[in-house]
This record gives sequence, structure tokens and C-alpha cells, in this order.
Amino acid sequence: MADRGFDVQKQRGFTTIALACFVLLYTPIVLLVMYSFNVGTSIAIWEGFSWRWYVSAWENEQVKVAALRSLYLAVVASFVATSAAVLAALATTRRPAYRGQTVVFAIINQPLMVPEIVTAVALLIFFALIKSFTGYTGGAFLFVAHSAFCIPFAYMPIRARLQGMDLTLEQAAADLYGTPLRVFRKVTLPLLWPGILAGAMLAFVISLDDVVITEFVKAAGQDTLPTYMLGQLRRSVTPEVNAISTVLLAISVTMVVIYFILSQRKN
Amino acid sequence: MADATYTRPFSERYSHWILLSPALLILFVAAFGPLFIVLIYSFLTAGDYGGVVWSFSTDAWFNVFAERDMFDDTLGFADAHLAIFWRSFRLAAVTTVVALIFGFPTAYFIATRPPKQRNLWMLLIMVPFWTNLLIRTFAIMELIRNEGVVNSLLMAMGVINEPIQMLYTDFAIMIGMLYVYLPLMVLPIYASLERFDFALVEAAYDLYANRLRVLWRVILPVTKPGIIAGSILVMIPALGAYVTPRVLGGGKRMMLGNLIELQFGQGRNWPLGAALAIVLLIIVTASMIYYVRAAGKEGAGHG
Repeated sequence: MADRGFDVQKQRGFTTIALACFVLLYTPIVLLVMYSFNVGTSIAIWEGFSWRWYVSAWENEQVKVAALRSLYLAVVASFVATSAAVLAALATTRRPAYRGQTVVFAIINQPLMVPEIVTAVALLIFFALIKSFTGYTGGAFLFVAHSAFCIPFAYMPIRARLQGMDLTLEQAAADLYGTPLRVFRKVTLPLLWPGILAGAMLAFVISLDDVVITEFVKAAGQDTLPTYMLGQLRRSVTPEVNAISTVLLAISVTMVVIYFILSQRKN
Repeated sequence: MADATYTRPFSERYSHWILLSPALLILFVAAFGPLFIVLIYSFLTAGDYGGVVWSFSTDAWFNVFAERDMFDDTLGFADAHLAIFWRSFRLAAVTTVVALIFGFPTAYFIATRPPKQRNLWMLLIMVPFWTNLLIRTFAIMELIRNEGVVNSLLMAMGVINEPIQMLYTDFAIMIGMLYVYLPLMVLPIYASLERFDFALVEAAYDLYANRLRVLWRVILPVTKPGIIAGSILVMIPALGAYVTPRVLGGGKRMMLGNLIELQFGQGRNWPLGAALAIVLLIIVTASMIYYVRAAGKEGAGHG
């Protein structure tokens, strides 16, 4: 082998393409973050460091309202979705196989498979119908819509965790006369906790970042941060949008890294 | 049998349907239930100011592909729609191919790192994927704008005198989708390469195969399931893309997703929008079934 003088795994040019890939993946984001600190209004010419766009975003009433709505929505939706996902994951991993299991699985994962624009249009039509019958036009529609598409994202890590868990502990606890609820609380839940947190993180990020479904479901004056930004992009953009983006990016990256660490950790 | 002494775990005591009911209820109300209403709406008559009139009509489905001439009432293909269908397919296909060209070597690179490093490299691929799609699209927009970094750099270097118009072109949409969906290509290819036994490559070299031959005859066949999975995972969201063509295509360069939206906005033709949404859903579902079948076949072959 040694006389050949090369690594058998190596393919010519692959490393170059791969490294270029990583550079290209991060360059746009790095530039976006960088110009959020630019003194001037340019997004190509660096004129010096300043916080002015963060200050102007902070003082923008529309941004503040949209940011609060986004956060509120993400907290509620990820809580609802994660709770529903825990129960659903128990039903799909801790029960013997039953009829309709494949269908249940398909339904839970359906938001991942149907294009977002189709779901968005479906919700627009359905909610318009409800609005015309009841006259209700409040924020509940957004909460329901977000909870729904967050479910599969919360479900995935929780299910993975449940499947990886040793059943003998739960059985031993049951053999020692633990009541079912007690077994769940004292044995299953503590072991499942990293999975639940991971699921909640993912659901939170997905809700916080959603544009398409929110854009179609929201009534006038119910902008979230992403839909507010989408509206701004139609006009000439100032680095204020970069500043908002940077904050959102920071939140997502933190959540995703936590999720990654939690889901990597073995029992 | 011995239910008196053996208490089954909490989750087994209560019927799985009770446990499933909250998730299924939410999903029924706000995910798959409304899809049936879309189907119904596609067979209704369009209202004058949006919405629908509740009378049966197949006009919407007819209008998806065909149109009646305004003046002499003859039938013809709906050229505008077909052009958008064609653009959607073309852009999704080109994006998939380019994503494969970049994604395969990247997945290969990660899979040939020492085991401890691999997760870190994968994290680097996945972090951008989990960040806001709109923000990533916006980042591309800033990069390729006339006054953006790419044009400014090229002008400063004297390569060009005037900015190249990249934004609001098909090229911009393709670059945007490539940027946004590339991780979806890397992920499954990496998964299939990770399980790959590189002793096979060594054996091939010992039998005097050259690098290209090893790649073509040994590595590619083994990673075919990953390549198919990655291609479909990129193709499906690319076909249904809405945000990327809206931001980078600037309204004129529409894809299917934008055409659908148009019917609920200025177009004021809800039934047509509903029919188009169903068409998109059928295309995506068909690709998905093909994918599951292909993956299943491969899995069975290895088992």
C-alpha cells in the first residue's frame, strides 16, 4: 500500500469542492451579519462599526410588536406541539403494533411531506370559511396552524429517544408495583427529558422561522417578524433588516446547537 | 393473564388512540383536514371578488392547462401556466443536479474524516439548514444585488464596468434554491457513505482500478440509494418553492408556488388556485411514493 503513496479513500478534487461548499454556505450569512454593524446604509461597502441599525430596529414599534408576537407564538406552539408529540410518541413506540399504525405515522409526518404553499392555501380557505361563519378573526388561527406544523419536528427526536431507551427499567419499575403513572413520572419521563427538550427546541425554531403559512393565515396587523421582513424586502432594504436577521439567526443557531448536543447524548 | 400482579406501564394501560388524539386532532384541523376542502373548492365557481360561489364547475381544472381565446372562442393551451410549470421543473431539476455535484464530494469528504470529527462537520452543514429560510434567501439577495458584494468586487477589480443583473433572474432563483436546499442532498448521501466499507476501495485499487473507475464502479453504485434520496429531498421543496422565487425572482419570474398564491391575491380565482395546489400536491406525492419504493427495494436487496 505504502508504495502507492496515496490515501485509498481520496478522490481527486473532492476535498476542494467540499471546502468550497463550506465557504459558500457560510459566506452569505457572515456578510449579512457583518453589514448589520455597518455605519452606512450600504450592504457592500464597509464604512465602520456601529450599533445604529440595532438601535433603530429596537426603536421601531412595528418590529417590536412583530417580535413579541413571534416569540409568544413560538412558545405556545412549541409547548402544545411538544405535549401532543410526547403522547403520540408513547402511542407509537410503547404499544404493540395495531391496525392503522402506518396511517397514523403518515398523518403525523404529513406537514413534512406536503409543500408548505399547499398547506398555506388550504388553511387560508378553511379559516376563511370559519371566519365567514363565526365572524372570529383573532389570533387563534395562527396558534393552531403553528402547533400543527410543529408536531412532526417535536415528534422525531422524542420518538428516537423512546426507541433507544432500555425497556427493562420501565418493566422493572412496573414489577416492583409502581403504578403506571408513577412509572411514567419516575422512570420514563426523566430518561425521556433530553428528547423532549430537543423536540421543543426544534419546534420553537420552526415556529419562529415560518414565513409561508403565517403569511397566508395572518389577518391584517398580525405580522410576525419573518412576515414583516418579507414585506420590507419589497422596498429598498436598509441594514436594519440585517440587524433583525442577525438576532433571529443567533436565536436559531443557539437552539439548534443545544438540540444537536441533546440528541447526540446517549442514555 | 396475570393482570392482577403485573401492572402494565402507564402508556400501555390507556388505549393508544387516547394518547394519539391530541396530535391527530390538531393535525386534522390545521394540516390534512383542510386539504379535502381544497379539493372541493377546485370544483366550485370563482366569485367576482375572490372567494367562491357554491355551484359545481370544472372550469378551474380546465383552466389549469387550457384557455379559451378571448376573441374567437377557440381552445388553446394555457401558455402562461405551461411556461410556469416548465420553469418550475427546469429550475428544480437544475438545482438538483448542481446540488448533487456539490453535495456528493462534500458528503464524501465528511464520511472520510476521522469518526470523531464527522459529527462536527455534519453540524456545520445542518446549522444553516435550520436557520430561517427567508434570512438565507435575503443573504443571497444582498450578495448578488447590483449594489451587492459580488458586483462591487468585480467592478473594483475592473472585470466589469456595469453591474451584472443577477437578481430577479432564473439564475438568482436557482442559486437561492441551491443554497437553501443543499444540506438536504448532503445528509442522505453522507448516511449511505458512512456505512460504506472502504476496504472495497482498497480491493479495487489492488485489482488495478484507477480513481475514476473506483468512483464509478464501486462507490457510486453503493451510494445510489443516498443519491436518489438526496435528489428527491431537494427536488420536492424546489418544486413547491415560494419564498425563494418571490424574493429572488422579483414577482415576474414565477414558479408554481407563486402562481398558486397569485390566484388568491390579484388573480381572484380561488378554484383555479385550489386546482393548481392539488396538481402540485399530486406531483410531490408521486415523487415521494417513487422514492419510498426505490428506497424499499434497495433496503430489501441489502437485507
